[in-house]
Order: sequence, then structure tokens, then C-alpha cells
Amino acid sequence: MNMKSIILSTAAGVVAASAAGAKDMTIVSWGGAYSASQDAAYHQPYMKANPDVNIINDESSAEAVAKLRAMAEAGNTTWDVVDVVASDAIRLCDEGLAMEIDADTMLADAPDGTKASEDFGDLLVSECFIPQIVYSTTFAYRTDVDAWGGKEPSNICDVFDLEAFPGKRSLEKRPINNMEWALLCDGVAKDEVYDVLGTEEGQQQALAKLDTIKDEVIWWSAGADTPQLLADGEVVMGSTYNGRLFSLIEEQKQPVKMMWDAQVFDLDGWIIPANLSEERKQAALDYIMFATDTQRLADQAKYISYGPARASSAPLVGKHAELGIDMAPHMPTDPENAKNTFLYNYEFWADYRDDIDAKFQAWLAQ
Amino acid sequence: MVNTADSSQDIAHSAPVTGPVLGNDGRPLKASLARSLRRQKLRALGLIAPLLIFVLLTFIAPIADMLFRSVENNIVGDVLPRTVVALKDWDETTGELPDNATFKAMALDLKEAVEDKSHTRLGSRLNYEQSGISSLFRQTGRKVKRLDVEETTDFVAAFEDMNKKWMDVENWQTIKAFSGRFTDGYFLAAADLTKGPEGIERVPENEQIYYTLLLRTLKMSLIITFSCILLGYPIAFLLATLPLRTSNLLLILVLLPFWTSLLVRTSAWKVLLQQQGVINDTLVWLGLVADNARLELINNQTGTIIAMTHILLPFMILPLFSVMKTIPPSYVRAAKSLGANDWTAFWRVYFPQSVPGIGAGSILCFILSIGYYITPEIVGGTKGVFISNRIAYHISSSLNWGLAAALGTLLLVVVLGLYWLYDKFVGIDNVKLG
Repeated sequence: MNMKSIILSTAAGVVAASAAGAKDMTIVSWGGAYSASQDAAYHQPYMKANPDVNIINDESSAEAVAKLRAMAEAGNTTWDVVDVVASDAIRLCDEGLAMEIDADTMLADAPDGTKASEDFGDLLVSECFIPQIVYSTTFAYRTDVDAWGGKEPSNICDVFDLEAFPGKRSLEKRPINNMEWALLCDGVAKDEVYDVLGTEEGQQQALAKLDTIKDEVIWWSAGADTPQLLADGEVVMGSTYNGRLFSLIEEQKQPVKMMWDAQVFDLDGWIIPANLSEERKQAALDYIMFATDTQRLADQAKYISYGPARASSAPLVGKHAELGIDMAPHMPTDPENAKNTFLYNYEFWADYRDDIDAKFQAWLAQ
Repeated sequence: MVNTADSSQDIAHSAPVTGPVLGNDGRPLKASLARSLRRQKLRALGLIAPLLIFVLLTFIAPIADMLFRSVENNIVGDVLPRTVVALKDWDETTGELPDNATFKAMALDLKEAVEDKSHTRLGSRLNYEQSGISSLFRQTGRKVKRLDVEETTDFVAAFEDMNKKWMDVENWQTIKAFSGRFTDGYFLAAADLTKGPEGIERVPENEQIYYTLLLRTLKMSLIITFSCILLGYPIAFLLATLPLRTSNLLLILVLLPFWTSLLVRTSAWKVLLQQQGVINDTLVWLGLVADNARLELINNQTGTIIAMTHILLPFMILPLFSVMKTIPPSYVRAAKSLGANDWTAFWRVYFPQSVPGIGAGSILCFILSIGYYITPEIVGGTKGVFISNRIAYHISSSLNWGLAAALGTLLLVVVLGLYWLYDKFVGIDNVKLG
């Protein structure tokens, strides 16, 4: 055998091996600690069980909606499974960019035989959405503010109380959640908030309430902003996702405490893009069936403090994989933390998002 | 050569002077010349063709396609063909609901639309014009599957049964108003206008945003460009007059931030400018600022101006530098030897020759800053963001690409208009990049 034929046969062997070997599956998520928790809880075990699948991580969830639309228009969808928040899933479903999922046939039953649709319950907020975690947007505050004279904020309305709790606050640069909190603290009953917010006067009322603290607010757009601002002492309190605050408090040991009052529950989960080839669709469904079963969802909570979306997963939540602390008290769904909660109204915001956002941005720009 | 001379002599003898000059082969000389020139032109075109096609396909075509979305509105006519026809005869000004036939047309259209889920896409499209239509179509879509079109006679009642909002005339008015294949709705929205009952009117004051943002973008871009001139001119002057060895070293210092990631530089400004940041800490330590009155340097217009000036500075310095390099130092020396003092020599002799560099740098800085959105988003807070931040929002978040395209078109038109003004008053020939 001469040199040339050796090279040729080796090359042919390599080509054959890669063709018969790993099938690539692109999974899109948020990056950072969140993607790491998914890698440990879902991707690695799945690849171990299916050696012929090679999972590629893409961290584009923040632009997923726009990119999926562009891909669909170009007729070349390269993503197989995408992690999005529930409101984006509804948008994608409306646009026909995500495939419809039949929970009972496409998702795993709970270990005791409960059907998936029942196990997920109300969290199945869209036909295309497979819930994964419950997270919450909530406030945290610094514990070393001299000007507060030893008091600590415990009520959502303390955010609006500049006399008792002076200092800068950070709020998200969008109307969602802020408008609800403003109305709650302006005397609107919890179950009437969305009725009021649907009216022109209600929107003005909420903005007027936000106006009272506008000069003291730093507006954030990335989830990592508030933890950074709190750690730097730029703000004395601020809202963000509870998992980010967990890592600030427990992993980085900053003098910061959770407020939890009036935390707003939201959901994050998977969608499968519409119009995948039959083969890729089946592969994606197989992954989803595995990654959203009861044990896998409970496993993710070992790495990040977000609550599993299945009722049957809650009792299985254990200790943090590295810190060794009990994770249950850090879950937004823990009874101690969930005394006063608020559920994001998806239907309302799908309808009013564009309108209220225009008013909110105009108000911000004034 | 000799032949040509001979033949031209022949021609001169044989042909009348007024006739066409013929070449060696008997053809008119003009035509042969044109042919060989054409061949040359074609060859030149062939040489640039790959680039031309590349630019057309990857640059011009996508931009044209995107801009076209600002007027395109096929979705209503495609999803609701029968309803659009039926609505033509309906007088929307009476305040009465359309007739039963229109409701029936809607039922037939929706039943088809539900098959490929286009009704929800239509819902999100119309929701940009009126809040609530999105859920109206989504909810009706679920119920209309069960509606028996053959059996039903009273479609108005059937729709009322499915969702009470169908009895709201406003929804029908919106559908009719946006039933055309083309729409001016996006451009109106981009200019803070809306179609009211009495024609086009301004949106209420609490919803006006794009005009404010456009003005702010232009104003702040001018300020940023001006600060770049102010800071860049002395540096470029220094670079151009120092000996080569020193100036090269300094040039690297100018280019170094240019090679650093934009996000890194912007985030660095965050650390420097925030109230508990390096600059404020230093000022407090020096006793120039009281601890409880720290300066607000970020999350406002100041932050955007500082960070953007820093980021765009190389775009000002480099053209200035390359123009100044070409100004012979002997001119200034000559001016001085003729009795001018330092200032006069600079202002009357040196400065006018450096103006083309200022022109080039200003155009670069201004046009770049008008389209910037990452830096304003990070350091601009609420008062320091640009119109491009809203374009980015509509592209990636609200998916209202039509409005984003309209805003982009407006921005393009404004920039072209300014370019034209610039050409008229300063002259684009006065711009030199080196």
C-alpha cells in the first residue's frame, strides 16, 4: 500500500465515520449559569444515553423571536430546540413559527402515571410551549444602607416610599411588571389590576405612580444589571430574576437580601421551531421527552434556584450541587417566599404590549 | 501607421469632406472607435462584475427588501379575501356593524386561516394598530373550528357568541382601514401620526416618541461630532508635526482603543462613570465633590456623549491626521517670515488647509453616531437613547418589522438630506480622507 492510498482510505474512513456518527442538534438557550445548569441536568445525561447525538449550544435566546422569523423567511431553520420565556413562545406560536405540542402524547407522564397535561397544569400557557421552570421577577435590597436607620423594606410599596427608604432603585426598562406594581401600590386591588390597566386612565394612573420615583430609578435591560448595580452600591434596591439574586447572595456573599413580596411568576421553557424536517422533528421531540420528565426538571434545581414546572418534580428538589445548601427555601415557589405573589397575565400582555410599551417609552423619554 | 496615413489621404481625395471618415476596413472611424471603447468598457465591467453582483445581492437587495416592508400589507387581503371584498360596501362611518354576509365571509375566511394558523399572524399584525385584536383572533380561531357554516344562518349572533368584542365596531373599522395591499400606517406611526375619524392627526402627546427621539438623535450626534473635532484636532495636529518615530508611537495609542471590543470599552465607561465609580470616588477623595452630591455622569445624555465621543474619536483623528500630513510646514514658516504671529499663521494659513480633514471626519462621526445603538443602550439610561434603539426593539422584540423599516427609511432620508445640505454649503469635493 503506497502513501497515496493510505491517505485516501483514511480520508474515506473519516468521512464514513462522521456521516454514520454524531447527529448535530442545536439547542438555543440564554447562556451563563442558566445554560450551564441545563448542560449538567439535561444535555450531558442525554448525550450519554444517545451517543449518536451531538448537542451544540447556541446562546441566542434573547434574539430568538427575530432570528426564528428571519430563518423561516429564508426557508432554512438551523435550530432544533429553543429556550424562550412564555410570552415569546406565545408570540412565536401566533406567528406560526413554533410547532404545536400535544402534552399527553409528546411529553413524559409523571412517575405515578399522572398525564403530562395535568402535571404541568395551568403552566401550559400556549399550544406550542413546553414549560421548564418557574422563575420570578422580584426585588432585593442592600442591608447596609445607613440612611434607612436600621429599617428594612419588606413590602412592595416600600419601593415607592422615598422618605423611609431613600436611594436609587433599579427597575426593568419595560412596562411589564412595573405597571402592575405601581397600581398595586396606588390602592388597586390585586384581582382588578389588569382590568384597570386595560383602560387609558389606568395606564395613566400607573405612570403617574411611577413618576413619583422616576428621578431615583436606574432602568435596566439585561438581567445581570441589577446584581451588578447592587454589588457596586449604585442602587439600594432593585428588581431582577430571582436566580440572579441567589447567585449574588449565596455564591458571591454580598450584603443583599431578597424581598419576595409581590414577586411576579413567569415561565421559561422550550419550543420546537415549525417546519423542521421529519427526522429533525423526531429527534427534537425525543430530546424534549427526556429533558422535561419529572427527574430531569428536579435535577436542574441543583444548579440554579428556579422552580421546576412539574408539580411532581417539587418533592424531588434537593441540595445545591456545589454549595451543598438546601435549595427548596430559595425557590420562588417555596410557601415562605410565595406569601404574596402575582402571576404574569400572558393574554393581557399579548394584547396590550405594543400599545402600553409605546406609552411607557414616550413617558420615559419625557 | 503609414497605411493609415495613406488611406486617410485616399479618403481625403476620394470622399467629400462632409461624409463620414472611413477607417482602413471601410467602416466609419467613429463606429470602430466606439466599438473598441465599448469592448473596453465591457471588459472593465466584467472585471468589477463579481463585486457589483456581490454588493447588489448582499447589500442593496436586502436593504431594498427591508425598506419595502414599510409599505407592504398583503397579510390582510391574503388571510381574509372574502371579508375584504364584503367590507368594501360597508360604510364604516355610520357606527353600525357590517351585515350578516360580511360576518359569514369572515367565518369562511377564518375557518381556512385556522388550518395554517395564519389567523394569529394576522391578529398580531392588526394588534399593532389596535390593542386586543391579537387575542380576539386567537380565541375566535379556537372556537370557529366548531362553527358549522352550512347550518348557521345568523352569523352575527354566532360571532357574538364566540367573542363579544366582534360587536365592537372599532375592530371592523381597523380591519377595513388596513385591508389594502399597501399601507401608509407604518410611516404614519413612525412620524407620531395616526388615522383618526377626520383624517390624519397627531397621536396624543403621551404617545409621541419618534419625533422626540429623531430630534434627540440628530442633536446629540452633532454634539458628539463637535466634541470629536474639539478633542481630535489637537491630537492630529500633534501627530502630524512630531518626528516620525514619536508620532508612530502616539498613533498606536490612538489605534489601540480602536482595536478593543466595543462592548469592553463601553462597559469600562460604566465602571468609570457611575456614582460609586472611579471618577466620582477620585473627585470625592480630592474634596472637589461632596460625598452626598456625587455627579451623575452615566445613564443620561452625558454618559452617551462621553462614551460615544471616545468610541468615535479615531474616526476623526485618522482623516485629520492624513490630511495634515500633506500640509507642507514651509507654508506656515513662510507666513511667519512675512510677519504673521503664531495665531494668524495657524488660523489663516494652516487651518483652512486642514478643513477637508475636518469635513471627512465629521461626516464619518456623524453618520456612524446616528445609527449607533449598543453604546446608548448601555450608558444612555432613558434620556440618552437614540432612535436606533427603538428600531432594534421593533426588529428583535416586538417583531413589528414594518414600523422598524419605516423608521429606518426615515432615518436614511434624513441622512441623505443632511448630506445634500452639506454638499451644498461645504461641498463634498472639500472632503479628503488622505
